[in-house]
Amino acid sequence: MIALLIRDLRLAVRAGGGFGLGLAFFLLVAVIVPLGVGPEPATLAKISPGILWVGALLSCLLSLDRIFALDFEDGSLDLLATSPMPLEGVVTVKALAHWLVTGLPLVLVAPVLGLLLNLPGAGYAWLLASLALGTPALSVIGAFGAALTVGLKRGGLLMSLLVLPLYLPTLIFGAEVVRRGAQGLAVGTPLALLAGITAGSLALLPFAAAAAIRVNLR
Amino acid sequence: MSIWEYANPKRFMQTSGVLLPWVTAAALVCLIAGLIWGFFLTPDADKFGSTVKIIYLHVPAAMMAISAWMMMLVASLIWIIRRHHVSALSAKAAAPVGLTFTLIGLVTGAIWGEPMWGTWWAWDPRLTSFLILALFYLGYIALWQAVEDPDTAADLTSVLCIVGSVFAFLSRYAVLFWNQGLHQGASLSVDQAEHVADVYSNPLYVCIAGFILLFVSLVLLRTRTEIRARRMQALLARERLA
Amino acid sequence: MELRITNLAVARAGVPVLEGVSFALRPGQALVLRGPNGIGKTTLLRTVAGLQPALAGDIAVAAESVAYAAHADGVKATLTVTENLAFWAAAYGSGGVAAAMAAMDLASLADRRAGNLSAGQRRRLGLARLLVTGRPIWVMDEPTISLDAASVQLFAGVVRAHLADGGAALIATHIDLGLEAGVLDLTGHKAKPPAAGGRVGTFDEAFG
Repeated sequence: MIALLIRDLRLAVRAGGGFGLGLAFFLLVAVIVPLGVGPEPATLAKISPGILWVGALLSCLLSLDRIFALDFEDGSLDLLATSPMPLEGVVTVKALAHWLVTGLPLVLVAPVLGLLLNLPGAGYAWLLASLALGTPALSVIGAFGAALTVGLKRGGLLMSLLVLPLYLPTLIFGAEVVRRGAQGLAVGTPLALLAGITAGSLALLPFAAAAAIRVNLR
Repeated sequence: MSIWEYANPKRFMQTSGVLLPWVTAAALVCLIAGLIWGFFLTPDADKFGSTVKIIYLHVPAAMMAISAWMMMLVASLIWIIRRHHVSALSAKAAAPVGLTFTLIGLVTGAIWGEPMWGTWWAWDPRLTSFLILALFYLGYIALWQAVEDPDTAADLTSVLCIVGSVFAFLSRYAVLFWNQGLHQGASLSVDQAEHVADVYSNPLYVCIAGFILLFVSLVLLRTRTEIRARRMQALLARERLA
Repeated sequence: MELRITNLAVARAGVPVLEGVSFALRPGQALVLRGPNGIGKTTLLRTVAGLQPALAGDIAVAAESVAYAAHADGVKATLTVTENLAFWAAAYGSGGVAAAMAAMDLASLADRRAGNLSAGQRRRLGLARLLVTGRPIWVMDEPTISLDAASVQLFAGVVRAHLADGGAALIATHIDLGLEAGVLDLTGHKAKPPAAGGRVGTFDEAFG
């Protein structure tokens, strides 16, 4: 399992484009929105929690198809499925690798982009907390979507259509944490619900994703 | 005599072929009667004026939009557990019908919302969750269309339907949390205090019965079409092999 | 460590392709599958490897004893030869990376990125993976594709050593590897259409 994690991280680093691209996209979102909405600081402060969360979500979406598609194309997925590692574990490790390569960097740069978007001072801690809690759910839900579409030729667009509705609860609670935090309100409830979604997804979705991969390899 | 006998495609085709005209006729009778009764034979409401009469489309469509997804969930579970092809195909057949009901619910809601709230669209929890439901339907239908092998498609869409149900449910509560809305409570409820007056609710019951029958009739028809399409595919595949 | 197949029927995309396949593979034995393209060799091997369910019949084999080598060899272009093999060794909880590289004549390429290998070298790397799995029964789909004559001899030697070591091999190939192997021609096991009294597949079960 650890060997698979190391392999996936090594592949992501060597292939390039993996996490650099996601971060660049996140930055682009943070630049494009003020250009479109106008530079009014009060407006930006109001919408920044939502923009940051939507940006993180879209950046995450961008690299999902790499989770299984590359391994499917070169036959590694067949070999992984016949190896002694349980496929559920393979899915979990691959989702973890995706989070380390995509989600974690997003969490770390988000405060900088918060500055660009004039996020109120009270919001930064909650931005970090909500993204750190929520992005693992994005990775594992995305791994499920990637597993559903792994055998398809033009699966990318379809996967977005499947994954985005599944992302909505995470997005709503995540952005709500930041919005309430930025206004100095209590954030306990949305934060707990966000943690609940992440924990539930981590516990259950690897089974659904592994089932989908088995079906797709059949 | 077990209910699973109807899961045999031949048996299903025989039985549904007999039932279909009757169900369709009953649906038409209920819908025509209910809508005429509702639109023309009920008084205008004090507060709402004649706009209230759109509930005869809006409420049954919204109810069936959710019920159709539930039916797909049950059919998906049956496919995964018992591998009855008719079950998987009926789920496939129900999805576009459910999507249409969802869209009818949204459009009639918008038409009603304009005079009532002064806006075609508001990010009200109910409206938003119906929009999200429409997205789930779209994804489900798209997955069916994208996967070539029918059994693979049935398996994948069933898994999606089950996972999607959980997330649709979560979205419903997330949206409630996100924005307390301006939508009125349920039009029909066991609690008499919230109940609309009998003079309005009686035609509504007829319309709901009509929509349920219409749904059954459409799903039967579409499932029969799917079974025939599968038979054709099987013949073609066999010919390619021979 | 015996692989016993009894009256196996397999389907591709729900349509039965092979039926009535029976054979037993004991330690030290090899079996070569033959038959024209599209007869279902790959489908049969994938079924034996556990990637797809059998339509009928029985596959009796001890758990965790089969190593499968597919058409595509799952070599990662951005990893070095050693890294590729070390990963699979770790995945199977075994060792022998250096021995495997020596056996497949890859030692001089150890630190080369797999993306820079020739097709034949890449194939040798894919086959070396079988050695590091430590599994007794090798199930191989066209293992000699893009190997030159010398490499085929090298590979045949590796298989022979594996058999002598108590292993077994099930190989779909058209090349004569010079092994003392049984040959199973699948042509006679082609599934009959239902019209001729053949089996009905899941695809058209009760539809036909």
